[in-house]
Amino acid sequence: MTAEHGGSAPLRSATGPYFGEFGGRFVAEALIAALDDLSVAWDKARVDPTFALELSALARDYTGRPSPITEVPRFARSAGGVRVVLKREDLNHTGSHKINNVLGQALLTKRIGKSRVIAETGAGQHGVATATAAALFGLECTIYMGEEDTRRQALNVARMRLLGAEVVPVTAGSRTLKDAINEAFRDWVTNVETTNYVFGTVAGPHPFPALVRDLQKVIGEEARQQMLDRFGELPTAVVACVGGGSNAMGIFHAFLDDPDVALLGCEAAGDGVDTDRHAATISKGSPGVLHGAKSYLLQDEDGQTIESHSISAGLDYPGVGPEHSWLADLGRATYRGISDAEAMEAFALLSRTEGIIPAIESAHALAGAMVLGRELVEGGADPQDVTLLVSLSGRGDKDVETAIDWFGLTGNGGPGLRGADDADAADERVGE
Amino acid sequence: MSQPRRTAGAAIDDARAQGRSALVVYLPVGFPDVDSSIAAARAAVEAGADIIELGLPYSDPGMDGPVVAAAAQQALDGGVRTSDVLRAVREVAATGAATLVMTYYNPVLRYGVARFAHDLAAAGGAGLITPDLIPDEAGEWAAAADEHGLDKIFLVAPSSTTERLAMTSEASRGFVYAASTMGVTGVRSAVGSGAEALVRRTRDAGAERVCVGIGVSTAAQAAEIAAFADGVIVGSAAVRALGSAPGDAGIDALRTLVTDLRRGVESEESA
Repeated sequence: MTAEHGGSAPLRSATGPYFGEFGGRFVAEALIAALDDLSVAWDKARVDPTFALELSALARDYTGRPSPITEVPRFARSAGGVRVVLKREDLNHTGSHKINNVLGQALLTKRIGKSRVIAETGAGQHGVATATAAALFGLECTIYMGEEDTRRQALNVARMRLLGAEVVPVTAGSRTLKDAINEAFRDWVTNVETTNYVFGTVAGPHPFPALVRDLQKVIGEEARQQMLDRFGELPTAVVACVGGGSNAMGIFHAFLDDPDVALLGCEAAGDGVDTDRHAATISKGSPGVLHGAKSYLLQDEDGQTIESHSISAGLDYPGVGPEHSWLADLGRATYRGISDAEAMEAFALLSRTEGIIPAIESAHALAGAMVLGRELVEGGADPQDVTLLVSLSGRGDKDVETAIDWFGLTGNGGPGLRGADDADAADERVGE
Repeated sequence: MSQPRRTAGAAIDDARAQGRSALVVYLPVGFPDVDSSIAAARAAVEAGADIIELGLPYSDPGMDGPVVAAAAQQALDGGVRTSDVLRAVREVAATGAATLVMTYYNPVLRYGVARFAHDLAAAGGAGLITPDLIPDEAGEWAAAADEHGLDKIFLVAPSSTTERLAMTSEASRGFVYAASTMGVTGVRSAVGSGAEALVRRTRDAGAERVCVGIGVSTAAQAAEIAAFADGVIVGSAAVRALGSAPGDAGIDALRTLVTDLRRGVESEESA
């Protein structure tokens, strides 16, 4: 059932520290012992049936897994009329895929005998998830968040505090996610004896890219089986947004050795990939070292990190996980930029055609599916033969403020948002 | 066209011959501006520093505390470039002091590892201190450094296993940089007693020379460390002194601090 890729080892068997030329450990020597401890603990836990049982019980009883898949035909009218299916990570407890990773890492923290967790957060989703897991497991918790982001995501700051976490606004550098990661590393190197760093994405030094991927791959494993059960075949393509890339690696992984399934990562193109305000790391960056791993990154001629820009705080990161860089270089996955405007159009469209308000991060994947569906149909594909599986990585409650600003939804009352495509999409559901 | 180059090992051995430990002073290039940072480094040499570490400012200094990180940010905001760092090396090495560059890896990778090694050697630089490059990942840099006879200074920490101390000592040339405590750079009121144990463990693992850094700011601390280490590294305190007043007054404050620290590293001989 598993296709070999080019006759070599299955792509799914890659475990780091290197993914091709990417990955590794570019960190202070002081952290090596902790990273080694974590690697050893994870190598044991990942094959330990007791750990697997504990984790799957949490996934079922606490997160609410398996998350369903939902076909969205009214939305799909704007994707060339192909079939579009969403993997509903937005329905998880805490509202995104981030919970999958933190529950596993919190269990691991208990196993290695540490009593405190720290994490970085951009939009606040990983911070909220980590604070949630810390509350559940009785761990002390400190979250580092760029001062700029604490202002953009005040609601999530309040949620973390309610959950008992200390939130530290980071005022260094650009005051966003990359600086929060720097500050978390500073805390970790100082407090490593008591503290585990719950890294939020598939970036960072080994073992984080493999560890986080392993904890997120449940998304793709479930979805692959759900697609076979419901439609009797694998999708034409799997589409996900990519910031650091954890939901994308999570949904891609199960399909890596299915060569007929295309993989599309949607990076945040901000004002556009041809402007200097974007976060399209693979599309526009170059290989280098940031935050402990070699991967694509946005950098200037001297190797200084360039600040990224995106309407989505969760994708506003100048780096990307090393496994994505590897898949891009191999040509196994394709990465393209989706602008703020394209993402917000998809955000509104899914809301009004399907009654699902997506996270703006996930709206980048929806917009990517719209573009891909149209391209395939224009290229001669029969829409009936095309199925796009989209990772709906999170829900959009946190993004309502941004939507108010973007769409001008102020004042008392007024009509709902309409689009030119709405009229002919109106009765689509009846025909289903 | 190449300048005569003094290695870190030679500087430490000369200090040892005088019955004392070497004094190593860190200053980031471009703080407060490029010319002033060069003048400051030359002043530090005149005041008694044996080895100068010139910092290459980096946008994401994850292993530095607030003093060094803020200075690096100010230097970057002022437009400092990698080429400025190489010019600073040339001008500081001309004093005859061993001149190292302390840098995170990405600027070197971006410049081209072989090209950086070539240009550093041509400028009279002694080598590199690489806080986020462990020997396990340093194959390309080690080969380039060997080709040009440059010092390769890696770090060890209290958490390093005996096996890693041996591997790192073997991979280093010049000295091994012992991080006195677990944590980032910065001034501390007390340098951990762990430093002495770490120096001993590192020597036992095969290191020829071991210098201690992180947290050292006073002559008394310098004297305490000089009693067991081959060199004493002072960073944040030097940056703080230089930044304490604008212009020549800042350089004078640095000179006073370095003079004082030099007395510290000399006082252990009578201890």
